[in-house]
Amino acid sequence: MNKIVKSIDLFAIILFIVALYFAFIYAPMEIVMGVVQKIFYFHVSSAWIAFFAFFVTFVSSVIFLVTNNFLYDDIAESSAEIGIVFCTIVLITGPIWAKPAWGTWWTWDPRLTTTLILWFIYVGYLMLRKFVDEHDKRAKFSAALGIVGFIDVPIVFLSIRWWRTIHPNVLQKGGGGLHPDMKTALFVALIAFTFLYVSLMIKRVKLSFLNRKIESLKEYI
Amino acid sequence: MGYFRTIFNIIEKDILLELKTKEVINSMLIFALLVVIVFSFIFEPGAEYKIDLAAGILWMAIIFSGILGLNKSMMNEVTGGNLSALLLAPIDRSAIFFGKTFSNFIFILFMEVITIPVYTIFYDISLMNNLLLNIITLFLGTYGFSVLGTLFSIISVKSKTREVMLPILLLPLIIPLVLASIQSMNIFIKGENIAESYKWLQLLLGFDIIFTLVIYLIFEYVIEE
Repeated sequence: MNKIVKSIDLFAIILFIVALYFAFIYAPMEIVMGVVQKIFYFHVSSAWIAFFAFFVTFVSSVIFLVTNNFLYDDIAESSAEIGIVFCTIVLITGPIWAKPAWGTWWTWDPRLTTTLILWFIYVGYLMLRKFVDEHDKRAKFSAALGIVGFIDVPIVFLSIRWWRTIHPNVLQKGGGGLHPDMKTALFVALIAFTFLYVSLMIKRVKLSFLNRKIESLKEYI
Repeated sequence: MGYFRTIFNIIEKDILLELKTKEVINSMLIFALLVVIVFSFIFEPGAEYKIDLAAGILWMAIIFSGILGLNKSMMNEVTGGNLSALLLAPIDRSAIFFGKTFSNFIFILFMEVITIPVYTIFYDISLMNNLLLNIITLFLGTYGFSVLGTLFSIISVKSKTREVMLPILLLPLIIPLVLASIQSMNIFIKGENIAESYKWLQLLLGFDIIFTLVIYLIFEYVIEE
């Protein structure tokens, strides 16, 4: 088991270095935006992880409510913590790219807005966990939020998209298609980030698990 | 004890209690009126664009005072130990949840009934244009707000920070609801093409149905001790 974990960690590191190579050297320079465009590979990958992590929290929350097995609460919690980090990265790298590319830091386009709201749902989830003491209630309440929150995200996206089409002065992200080399670079970055996520998850879930054991020992004493 | 009988009993209990103390309604009402008045300072006097923001301000008043009301309503439940007692009863717990949801819904609706005429006076904006559609929007929006609001008020009242958690948890989630309600009512108030509002009304309906179902499914598990 340990060997598998170590290999995943190693793989994550290697893939990251490879992804850096692909993003900066292999992928061609974009004509209009130049180097700034390369944020794209890490921005999109972070967004993928941010949403995927919340999906994991959702599934874990459902399984937890059904089985009452606290391991799933550990998974939900860990995924939320990791997810918010990547969500923050998306919200920071986005504007950094947007200012030179679109001339504005922010725009209320459906994807950005939904990511922002996802960030707030994450914050709510983590705050809730912080402010409920009893481990039983904490797990069950967060599970409720994890489920309701995740179901809401597509509804939010849809509503913002409808809202924006009334006021069509929205700038489209990344106009035409992607150069095939860019597609490859993106793909590599996505895989690298996914391995990073898995590697972090394994450690974080272990941490949650041990924390729980300590808590129950404390109660015992 | 039948499921709907339970819901009805809880609504009855809450209304009777409220008729005696009038705590929830009063705090909501005063706050809603204050919001309506304070927000009017956004505008230049006699501004024409007021009508574009009309529905938005009304919903802000409803949401903020609604949060106050939800908190008060749930605090009442918890301080007497009433909620714990209710949970001991041999009924489907989600019936308790929906009982509370509907009584909250009724209180907030009542607050709206009184706030809207005042709002009409201060902003000189009438809901009479398409009155029925406006009422439908208010019903759908308020219900969605009540259903998620009641869930999170139960959760937040049991956390360390108590009432403070409710807006933090609730506000991000009701954005589609608020957006849809405001967009529809803007169309109705300004007398624009009603067909444009259909997708928003459908969104409201969908929102209400989806979350009613989801909470119906998970509430028992969430509230288990």
